[in-house]
Amino acid sequence: MTKTEELTRMASQVRRDIVRMVHANQSGHPGGSLGCADLLVALYFDHLRINSASFSMDGHQEDLFFLSNGHISPLFYSVLARKGFFHLSELATFRVIHSRLQGHPTTRDGLPGVRVSSGSLGQGLSVAIGAALSKKLNKDPYLVYVLMGDGEQQEGQVWEAAMYAGSKKTDNLIAIIDYNGQQIDGPVDQVMPLGNLEAKYKAFGWSVIPFNGNDMEEILRTLEAARQQAFKGQPQLLLMHTEMGYGVDFMTGTHHWHGIAPNDEQLARALDQLEETLGDY
Amino acid sequence: MEISRQNPDVVGLVADLTGSLKMDAFKEAFPDRFFQTGIAEANMMGIAAGMTIGGKIPYAATFANFATGRSYDQIRQSIAYSAKNVKICASHAGLTLGEDGATHQILEDIGLMKMLPGMTVIVPCDYNQTKAATMAIASYQGPVYLRFGRPKVPNFTLTDKPFIIGKADLLVEGSDVTIFATGHMVWQAYLALNELKEKGVSAELINIHTIKPLDTEAIIASVQKTRSVVTAEEHQRNGGLGDSIAQVLAQQLPSPQEYVAVNDQFGQSGKPEELLKVYKLDSHAIVQAALKAVERKQQL
Repeated sequence: MTKTEELTRMASQVRRDIVRMVHANQSGHPGGSLGCADLLVALYFDHLRINSASFSMDGHQEDLFFLSNGHISPLFYSVLARKGFFHLSELATFRVIHSRLQGHPTTRDGLPGVRVSSGSLGQGLSVAIGAALSKKLNKDPYLVYVLMGDGEQQEGQVWEAAMYAGSKKTDNLIAIIDYNGQQIDGPVDQVMPLGNLEAKYKAFGWSVIPFNGNDMEEILRTLEAARQQAFKGQPQLLLMHTEMGYGVDFMTGTHHWHGIAPNDEQLARALDQLEETLGDY
Repeated sequence: MEISRQNPDVVGLVADLTGSLKMDAFKEAFPDRFFQTGIAEANMMGIAAGMTIGGKIPYAATFANFATGRSYDQIRQSIAYSAKNVKICASHAGLTLGEDGATHQILEDIGLMKMLPGMTVIVPCDYNQTKAATMAIASYQGPVYLRFGRPKVPNFTLTDKPFIIGKADLLVEGSDVTIFATGHMVWQAYLALNELKEKGVSAELINIHTIKPLDTEAIIASVQKTRSVVTAEEHQRNGGLGDSIAQVLAQQLPSPQEYVAVNDQFGQSGKPEELLKVYKLDSHAIVQAALKAVERKQQL
């Protein structure tokens, strides 16, 4: 089996986890989680140089990943569990009282793999910049990655951070935007258009690579290209075109499934479309 | 400066107020560890949170107004809820910022910060204590809000006095009333002691430099003796030191308490000493409050 095939199989299983987790507690955000599943699988199962066996908050001599759009926590938890940060069975506790798998990720309960709490949007890029600066001070040559949503770009703090990283040349930082064009209230273009995001980031001093975030080979190529461009004087933005809900036909390409859970019948229809490749939790 | 020399992990962040915060010397001495974020406090707090990952001890500095109200959600989620080892250094707090007026005179910051789970809140009373506290918080693990003001108050604490987080300082013993003061109001309370003495009132003065965690043991021990209380702070009475102490006393030792604090008002432009007088935060106001607290005790 090729690497791409293996990762695609993992992504299918992760997508099953996502819809099952959100269905189980009838709460959570399946749309963005499904759309970004290919990226997180590519990062955690191929690209990132990380130590999942013994998680350390400081992450010295490791790549770091931050999830700024914390509402896609079902995806984050599934990938962390399947990578071995914690036991797969814990996915059944998603959003349940006393669970470490809070609605939005938190460091509070020491869940391995989580380095900052997120959920209130717009904060992750700043945190990632801080971690990248810390790595520079420590002469640590590994990279810092952060994933944001496109609707999240409406938060002012994102632009404070974008200005900082561009002007101060935080070039060990790779930011990724899930450019699915949807947010809770509807299409981003109707709610609050972002204009030319690529041109905006470039104007802030970033290097920008657009790519298709639902094509595994293209994801791997893009991540590798970005790594090669690190430490060359610019932070990088990977403008990741995805479809919200990708992988489940009736959830694809609509904001409707941003933050609602499938019922029993919808779950069955979704699972029919997602091959169980590695065993459900 | 001293703490930066002692601890190579200490880094400084500032949002365009290097001069006002007197961070020039730090910037000169440790250019690699100095981070200028521009006028972007939310981003500064986020960067500070991120820098703790990798072991840095960030001191994020700006005016108290911007260090709290402006960036509250960032502090709440990225620092407090994430239990990050960030030291928020907030200067120019309260009315005595003076001429710049109400936009900059934050009187709600202690409340905002003390309500955050896990946040330590420190308000030193003079230069020596500010310096000692700045050193002490570096070796404390966890988020800290360090509040200091602008005006020059006499430097009356001893230079070699160690700063112990959460341990109140009993400055003057007395028997009729306890004055719990914080920040610059400790000096105003000092001034009030003589006048009270002339009026035959023996006041005990305790410097509550750490508002959270509160030294409840010291508070109860003193009030058991005096059974009447004045709290003095340059802050709204809603949510400040007085409320923290009232909470302790209501549960353990109900006693007459008078607040010297701003009462649900915004400030205005003026000289610091004028503002203290107009808003009834000067030594005279403390004397009046103490007399009233003693009188209420006697009526019980």
